[in-house]
Amino acid sequence: MRIAVAVKQVPDTAEVRIDPERGTLIREGVPSILNPFDEYALEEAFRWRDELGGTVVVITMGPPWAESVLREAVAMGADEALLISDRAFAGADTWATSHTLAAAVTKLGDVDLVITGKQAIDGDTAQTGPSIAASLDWPQITFVGKVRSIEDGHILAERYVEGGIEVVRSSLPAVVTILKDANTPRLPSLRGKMKARKLEIPTWGIDDLGLDPAETGLDGSPTRVVTISTPETSSDGEMHRGTPEELAAVLADLLLGEEES
Amino acid sequence: MDYYLSDELTDIRDICREIAEKYIVPARAELDEENRFPREIMKVMADSDILGIYIPEEFGGTAEAFGGGAMALSVATEEFSRACGGVAVSYAANALGAMPILISASDEQKTRYLPDLASGRKLAAFALTESEAGSDAGGVKTKAIKDGDHYILNGTKQWITNGGEAQVYTVIALTDPSRGARGLSAFIVEEGTPGFSYGKKEDKMGIRASATRELIFEDCRIPAENLISGEGRGFIVAMKTLNRSRPGVASQAVGIAQGALDEAAKYASQRRQFGQRIDSFQAIQFMLADMATQIEAARALTYSVARMIDAGAKKYEKVSAMAKVFASDVAMKVTTDAVQILGGYGYMKEYPVEKMMRDAKITQIYEGTNQIQRAVIASALIKETAAGGN
Amino acid sequence: MASIEVRKDTCVGCGACVPACPYGVISMEDGLAIISDECYLCGACESSCSFGAIIIRQDKSEKVDISEYSGIMVLAEQRDRVVDHSTLELLGEARRLADSCGQEVLAALLTSDCGDWPARLVEHGADRVLVTSAAELTHFRTEPFTQIVSRMIEEMRPAVVLAAATTTGRDLMPRIAKNLNTGLTADCTELVIDGESGNLMQTRPAFGGNIMATIVCADTRPQMATVRPRVMKALEPDPARAGEVVEFPAAHGELDSRTEILEFLPLEEGEVDITESDIIVSGGRGVKDSTNFALLEELAGLLDASVGASRASVDAGWIPYPHQVGQTGKTVNPKTYIACGISGAIQHRVGMQSSDRIIAINKDETAPIFEFCHEGFIGDLFEILPLVIKEIKKRRS
Repeated sequence: MRIAVAVKQVPDTAEVRIDPERGTLIREGVPSILNPFDEYALEEAFRWRDELGGTVVVITMGPPWAESVLREAVAMGADEALLISDRAFAGADTWATSHTLAAAVTKLGDVDLVITGKQAIDGDTAQTGPSIAASLDWPQITFVGKVRSIEDGHILAERYVEGGIEVVRSSLPAVVTILKDANTPRLPSLRGKMKARKLEIPTWGIDDLGLDPAETGLDGSPTRVVTISTPETSSDGEMHRGTPEELAAVLADLLLGEEES
Repeated sequence: MDYYLSDELTDIRDICREIAEKYIVPARAELDEENRFPREIMKVMADSDILGIYIPEEFGGTAEAFGGGAMALSVATEEFSRACGGVAVSYAANALGAMPILISASDEQKTRYLPDLASGRKLAAFALTESEAGSDAGGVKTKAIKDGDHYILNGTKQWITNGGEAQVYTVIALTDPSRGARGLSAFIVEEGTPGFSYGKKEDKMGIRASATRELIFEDCRIPAENLISGEGRGFIVAMKTLNRSRPGVASQAVGIAQGALDEAAKYASQRRQFGQRIDSFQAIQFMLADMATQIEAARALTYSVARMIDAGAKKYEKVSAMAKVFASDVAMKVTTDAVQILGGYGYMKEYPVEKMMRDAKITQIYEGTNQIQRAVIASALIKETAAGGN
Repeated sequence: MASIEVRKDTCVGCGACVPACPYGVISMEDGLAIISDECYLCGACESSCSFGAIIIRQDKSEKVDISEYSGIMVLAEQRDRVVDHSTLELLGEARRLADSCGQEVLAALLTSDCGDWPARLVEHGADRVLVTSAAELTHFRTEPFTQIVSRMIEEMRPAVVLAAATTTGRDLMPRIAKNLNTGLTADCTELVIDGESGNLMQTRPAFGGNIMATIVCADTRPQMATVRPRVMKALEPDPARAGEVVEFPAAHGELDSRTEILEFLPLEEGEVDITESDIIVSGGRGVKDSTNFALLEELAGLLDASVGASRASVDAGWIPYPHQVGQTGKTVNPKTYIACGISGAIQHRVGMQSSDRIIAINKDETAPIFEFCHEGFIGDLFEILPLVIKEIKKRRS
């Protein structure tokens, strides 16, 4: 069993501030972290590797310094890491990103399962996983809250959808996107950290993947961000002050307003 | 202060801090309230390879990566203590239990026990104290009488940290009652050995997440090969163990104090009285400044001793006692001041500082009371003076 | 290859782009922004520049003739043959967009039995409804739906394709967009057709809700978007509306699938999906421990509401993750959202800010939640909530 986990380096959006005068994001000094959802994808991969044997390879596409999230994944338990990086990949949207990652999975050759986190916290698109599946022409199970089993060339998983749980079975190879409900990610281990510091991580560029610049990066991206604005923050909300009794009476009025009228 | 920790020691600190933040802080109030041993957290520590940091690679640990293990143990213990003194003691007592094997056991014994302790498959505890043998190890009454290729143990050990939770116990018992302290020997006793049972579980003032229990030996037969280092060597094994572990107690104290300072500084920056943040008052500022200074001094001394041990020093009894005394007195002072800064809130269980104050107290008492430590320091000083040395 | 350029004549050297760069590759030299070769073309600086001095150029060799595409297509979502309300919202939005540029609205309905839904979709704004009926289409399954809808798009050539940003829409749309080599924008909250270019301006929150990004898909068609449920407004059904229903039978092999749904386990009684509640009583750090959530549960019980939580209270283990509202939890937009002891950090805010009415109770007057709530109560929730519960019981009895 070889499981590839596609991860992303993201800015810690909790640390992003807005320049109040210009209305732009201040990203300077904002730490770059492993996308939190990806920790769950990694944990799911580790669990099945530990149970079934095999290896977990962690992949990311990004600038050279995105390598740090790969080392973090190795510290948690990934066996191998692979950086997909090239100037030609810069500015990619989800189409071009998934196209490039799928080419890397194809080049790896013997991958049985690709796992991604549900979404990345910077873009929040949740599109890369299914797009990788489309590029590979593999089946997909998205929004997985629980993987029940992997056996006989199939994966059985629970999709958490509106109003309930769909129990879905898919043949392998397949792409799965993981929700936070699926597991509790392990912490990095000391041995993992020591391994991560020393590991040589290969970098594959556009020539390694045999792609055309027209299908990667900004040139290969059908969508583009044209404007960025800050959401309206002003509120003309009404503030209530007073004794707890007074406040409770007003709140009860608000909550029961429709019932009573 | 930057202690220029190596990359490997930084790894330990980062991992332990993450364990502390993600697992210990959310659980500490409940563990304290319920007097409950943190089994799940010990499992997380084991999975993160933190239990083997002072054990050599050939026995399943990673000590070489940290240039020994004393400094590694100090860094880990401090981080855990910062979150919860009780959980940290469970961790440190495991190392204490393993220490006699690590320091004095035969290779065969090390091979048999250390890998399981490094991986966390088993936990360890050190059993010296008895009702009549506290500061005076010579008062040990538990007997180990040779019977063919076995020893038969009889007696009761008291206040054994990790008692009832550990699977491997290093026990100090009398093999020759006529020789007093020189008649003591060290043994490895495994859980489940017939005649070995657990007695009373203590209800403590602080470090309540740690298990403190009686060990009862009633005609408990253990194989003679479980004797560590030979008959009559028990007192030396115990003293070496305690000398090695004292920087660990100092680290507990530093960690507890740091946790209390963190809470006090945070509270002081948020609490407003008379229309301003209370950390704008000089009375509070000076308290915080003193707390921070004392902690830094305690940490510097503790790290120095740990680094000395890792560097291969043979004699560190005096400085190890100094670190323990100084850091534990600092912990008591700082946690008390932290409660003071939080005022009425500090006295309530809703905030963690009252627990830190309770946890701090034990560091002045156990593994040799601070009075005994001072006696050790003074006696070393007197000897040095007599020898005309430094 | 794509490139980035600072226009020397336009750059005023204000330096606004420097902190905007997440990678720190911009510096100021002689009053001019200099972007190093390490630039990853993320575009953050481009949008930070008030003077339009930073330009990122795409190198598009092949162009699609976008004039061949017209109409707004809505993918209907159904479960057990009942069309979801989000589809009706999309039809309302599609109608508005189509009317703004004189195009038609298409609806695509894949089901095992369409019942009277095609007519109802017309009543809600569709001009033409494409219906594919097959027993295999009872439940949504990625591959058959991808294949059939892809062929519909190829044949109908709509300029815009919309689906709800549900687990179905977000599973299906990326797959179709990838296959058709076109762009997809996720979870949009605002859509406008630009009169000049005819491009769909797709606006959505990003960066954990810190910003709103407007995205276009200028060179390929269709322009695909998933749209956040409960944001757009459905039209009042108009029985007089005329429309056409077109059968679109599945072709050979299109119903094949490598995945199968073994069973569907509906949420059990008491196991509410908070995204479906009209009222949510939500608790944050101020609730202090798990037992105090009983207070919120009691109020929720009285109001037929469900209980939500901030990440802080989920992380503390006071309440399980399915209740979490916010960036790393669920996005909700109930009629009333009652935030108890929640400070209102941006990560929480993005998950609930589109609620119709936000009521906040917090003892900290400076909590950010008071900056955007509709009704703010400054006080101790442990004092107020028991009194509210008492008051509601009293008034009802």
